[in-house]
Amino acid sequence: MIRLLVAFVSGAVFTVGLAIGGMTRPSKVLGFLDVTGRWDPSLAFVMGGALLVTSIAFRFTLQRRSPVLDSRFHLPTERSIDARLAIGSVMFGAGWGLSGYCPGPALASVVTLAPSALVFVGSMMLGMLAFEAFETLRARQSSRETLLAQQSPAAS
Amino acid sequence: MTDFAPLPALIGGVLIGASASAMLLLSGRITGISGIAGGLWSREAGERSWRWAFVAGALVAAAIVRAVRPDAFGLAPNLSVVALASAGVLVGFGTRLSNGCTSGHGVCGIARFSPRSLIATCVFMAAGGAVVFFVRHVAGGAS
Repeated sequence: MIRLLVAFVSGAVFTVGLAIGGMTRPSKVLGFLDVTGRWDPSLAFVMGGALLVTSIAFRFTLQRRSPVLDSRFHLPTERSIDARLAIGSVMFGAGWGLSGYCPGPALASVVTLAPSALVFVGSMMLGMLAFEAFETLRARQSSRETLLAQQSPAAS
Repeated sequence: MTDFAPLPALIGGVLIGASASAMLLLSGRITGISGIAGGLWSREAGERSWRWAFVAGALVAAAIVRAVRPDAFGLAPNLSVVALASAGVLVGFGTRLSNGCTSGHGVCGIARFSPRSLIATCVFMAAGGAVVFFVRHVAGGAS
């Protein structure tokens, strides 16, 4: 229960931070990405401010054996710098540059009930579901290939 | 069109950082919005509930911010529905494929000195910049 409260309050503080920082205004985000135009570097300060806090707090936190309310840290284990990372980041960046929305501000903008925000978030969720389907399909395909390889070991 | 405002940006960033720091210290979780949104329908209840709580907190706060300061929210650029939906699908699929977005890679990953996150952040910033450059300065569309 207390963990849910922590998540609720964190979600709220995070969103207030996005709004104060200007991230919930796509025009401001696009102004930041428009390096060769009338560049507005403000959003570098959003990331800088956030990193100022996280880079110090994370360092101390990760020296602990476990977080305060859980038995272990849930950290990403993926280490490889591969095509998935590159292609995914290019796709994300392209959609971000087109719309001015990254996931956090987009989600928050749902409360405006603006049709553009609703269309964006709806299709973002659809994209995430499509990814799940893609992963399931790939997993099934690779397990079939393993099976085939086992059945004909003398293929070479 | 928009004005340089470093102080509110810095304050907003500190709040975002404080939120992500509290999540890691208290619950041991990385505050990545794409991971949170993508995990809302996870098969494990323990993976779902805190994500819904985070989203609920975000939406309540967003509603309050909008009531107090309606101008804190802007509209997406004037795109066709198809372009807007394509952007949404790209963001949804892309962030799941690369395991993170501005928050997960940009704020949390770089803070953990993850080379993966640093590269992801450089790549999505560059891609975003390239698209804006193309739309505004090559295709000459509305800015």
